[in-house]
Amino acid sequence: MTRRVRLIVFAAAAAAVGVLLVVTVVGMPPFGNAFHPYRDVAVAAAIAHQTANVVSGVNYDLRAFDTLGEETILLGSVVGAAVLLRPGREERERTEVPEDEPPLQAVRLVGYLLLPVTLVLGLDVVAHGHLTPGGGFQGGVVLGTGLHLLYLAGGFRALERLRAVPPFEVGEAVGTAAFVAVGIAGLAVTGSFLANVLPLGTFGSMPSSGIVPLLNVAVGMEVASGVILLLAHFLDQALRVERR
Amino acid sequence: MSILHVYAYLVAGWLLLGGAFGIARSRNLIHAVVCLSIAQSGTYVLLIAIGYQSGASPPVFGGSTPPDVAAHSAVVDPVVQAMTLTDVVVAATVTALLLALAVQVAKRHGTLDPDELTSLRG
Amino acid sequence: MALSVPVAVLAPLAIGAPILGACLLLTVGRRVPRRLVDGTAVAVAALVLALDVLLLVRSAGDPAGHLATWIGGWGPGSPALGIALVADPFAAGAAVIAAALTVAALVYTWHYLDSAEAHFHALLLLFLAGMTGFVLSGDLFDMFVFFELMGAVAYALTGFRVEEPTSVQGALAFGVVNSFGAYVTLTGIGVLYAQTGQLGLAPLAVALQGRPPGAVVVGGFVLVVTGFCVKAALVPFHFWLDDAHAVAPTPVCVLFSGIMVELGLYGVFRVTTVVFGPVLPHADLQRTFLVLGTLTALLGAVLCFLQRHLKRLLAYSTIAHVGLFTIAFGTLDPAGTAGAALYVAGHAATKSALFLVAGSILDRYGSVDEIDLHGAGRRARVLPWLMLLGGFALAGLPPFGSGLGKAVSEEAVAEAGAPWAPALFVLVSAVTGAAVLRAACRIYFGLGSRPDKDTAPLDTKGSEEAEVKGLLKRVPATMLGPLVVLLAGGLVLGVLPGVPQAFAEAADHFLDRAGYLASAFGTAAAPAAPSPASGWTTSGVVLGLVSSALAALLALAALYRDRLPGPSAVGRRIGDAVVARLRGLHSGHIGDYITWLLVGVALLGALVGLPLLAG
Repeated sequence: MTRRVRLIVFAAAAAAVGVLLVVTVVGMPPFGNAFHPYRDVAVAAAIAHQTANVVSGVNYDLRAFDTLGEETILLGSVVGAAVLLRPGREERERTEVPEDEPPLQAVRLVGYLLLPVTLVLGLDVVAHGHLTPGGGFQGGVVLGTGLHLLYLAGGFRALERLRAVPPFEVGEAVGTAAFVAVGIAGLAVTGSFLANVLPLGTFGSMPSSGIVPLLNVAVGMEVASGVILLLAHFLDQALRVERR
Repeated sequence: MSILHVYAYLVAGWLLLGGAFGIARSRNLIHAVVCLSIAQSGTYVLLIAIGYQSGASPPVFGGSTPPDVAAHSAVVDPVVQAMTLTDVVVAATVTALLLALAVQVAKRHGTLDPDELTSLRG
Repeated sequence: MALSVPVAVLAPLAIGAPILGACLLLTVGRRVPRRLVDGTAVAVAALVLALDVLLLVRSAGDPAGHLATWIGGWGPGSPALGIALVADPFAAGAAVIAAALTVAALVYTWHYLDSAEAHFHALLLLFLAGMTGFVLSGDLFDMFVFFELMGAVAYALTGFRVEEPTSVQGALAFGVVNSFGAYVTLTGIGVLYAQTGQLGLAPLAVALQGRPPGAVVVGGFVLVVTGFCVKAALVPFHFWLDDAHAVAPTPVCVLFSGIMVELGLYGVFRVTTVVFGPVLPHADLQRTFLVLGTLTALLGAVLCFLQRHLKRLLAYSTIAHVGLFTIAFGTLDPAGTAGAALYVAGHAATKSALFLVAGSILDRYGSVDEIDLHGAGRRARVLPWLMLLGGFALAGLPPFGSGLGKAVSEEAVAEAGAPWAPALFVLVSAVTGAAVLRAACRIYFGLGSRPDKDTAPLDTKGSEEAEVKGLLKRVPATMLGPLVVLLAGGLVLGVLPGVPQAFAEAADHFLDRAGYLASAFGTAAAPAAPSPASGWTTSGVVLGLVSSALAALLALAALYRDRLPGPSAVGRRIGDAVVARLRGLHSGHIGDYITWLLVGVALLGALVGLPLLAG
């Protein structure tokens, strides 16, 4: 289609779909209403399992299988990005990356100061995922991106000294495998995949909500490694890969 | 029923169609991938809006809340929030994959303009 | 003893095992020899196959036909708290096909040049996990998650050969279109959740039943099935398929055409029968599927016959067959459903074998272009006959399983109110079979006048790089073996006496909504009333022979076109213009594809919604 024809066809189709969407949402229960049957049972179930952060209770207990699928998507995407960004046959990876311009002193200072703070924050978000907003995914992203303060403060070489790729590949696989292993433990102990096998503890205290913190740690490990690997593949592709 | 009862839902639909429009008229594949993310953000808005209840608090109880009090307080729907979190992960990872593909398209074809990519026809 | 393993073990392990296998390969894959990587991956896929077969035997042997298990022990119960995995013979059977094809693809991969440090094997295992999770899940949002897993891994596998410019372009179009479709599905899930507060298929079905078919139900249905229709490549959602299949590595094509596309249909018809069946009028749904299926079958057949790029030709043939499956499933009655399922199984074997033939041609002769390869394979001894056999199986030759599926389907559709359907089935299967026969005759037998290479300069040519290092001198056993086994499997399906009965029972269970709900709520259900099984009939055999003969004639006509009396100048000009139009629509342009996707949503909405408005 030419551009013009495409936009005309699009306008007609989008108008029809727009009508469909409008009549659909007009029939839906209004915004802010109190009809939430799944919520009612989910909150009760999460509290029964001593999980103060009910969102984590849904993600890592009631619907933990969704999260397993989600972590597998992350694993598949990271592996996929590694495959798609690998050097082609007519390309190669440079071993030496040219030193880029040193960053501003202020950036270096702030970067190196914030690096430990960010990493501690990330660990905190992972560890308290069953109590406060956050969890394995959020904390993992903080950890994975936080490490790249090194890149801002010290350049690619500084980053590379602390971030060899292979350990993170292992970390990613082990994190995902640990999730499945917790599931199999549930199967072995109670007969149900991903069923709780740990003491539930006291509501709102650090050791509570059974396997939720364990799965948070597994996911945090996987996500942090996955984010680091994703960024590593893109950085390598930009800075290292060159034509033969 | 007032417009406010459906406003958030309409925003979600607007984002979905707006993202599609962006892809349809895109002249750059990176732009198209970002438009796809916009379309997906429509689903975040929809899910979160569906779970909202007027006057309810977040579904995260502080350490000092006793469980029996927690069980009786009105909270917004945690299920849609969990779904949105899953959705966010899907978005981030799929976007990364598509951008990786866009990098390779730019390398192999020397262009990111969909109008100039003519090697798959008929 | 193995038969007593509970579904609570089988189903989660069938999904978890390939994930663990992929993790293992990612951890040690780069440090161990290639053969060990190959062996481990095949072993894991074979384990999943064994689990799936057990699941199939268990569910088919169960009087109610459905076995459910609740992840985390959060069930059964209403309101539903957690996620149920539900295995019925169709779900388990689809998982069996997925695992078997994965084994075949992995064995074929033995000679694959570049595994990218075992990453290719890991991706195939994750793809298997996604497909298995999708079919076993009894929860709409969980289906979306595994649908996305299938998608994300599939994009990476499609673009695997990053040096090929078309490969990365096709993968990107695939990714954008499929992801957008998935987000439309998620929007639909949100709409249904707002209305019912449920995500499980069974609780959703209960919450919706008895409601008038209002705007929300219609909107929810249209939005939810959109993503599945994209995966199933129904016209006009199909544009990504031919691009992706043409450029993906051969073992990946096997999985795409053999099962992934059909899983889209599984999604459509699972939610239709369980959730929407009693709410939306059956006649409207049947008409919708008949219209979409007919469009898909015709367009796929025409474009299949026009291709010279072998993998693209097979891709369009898959589109054509998906159209036929849709028509048969769309009857929503036991006979049509059984026929469609048989057809899907037979097609999976045949089409996968044909893709492996195409892959071996690529690795042996360095191209998949039918015209460039004219006479290139004159010395080959086994493959020419296998390819001819595959072409006839695709056309529905008795006693192949695809022929049996076609025979049962066309009879059921004719009885369900479309008396012209057998003609369509014969025509479409003959045309797609003819395209394969024509290509086989050109490449292996050098038949037909040597065509001018530049007759159609705008066509997608089949020049590709071989997938192995240097061209093969002969086709190795690891490539030939899976091919022969698959073709033989397609044959066995058609001649084994118990097959029609088994598929009829499976179809009864698939349509037994009450049984599905009962298992998902953990209550007892009365077994569904059995419907009669139909196997080979005289008319089925005759129609199968007719379409095979027609395929042979069409292939010969195409080979010796220049010796036939041509159509009148006017006729030729009109024909050329129509063909050029149809081809022009398949532009490889993501803007076009997204536009057509929205046209498809509008079409679905009109087909389902307008009759309700009028009524």
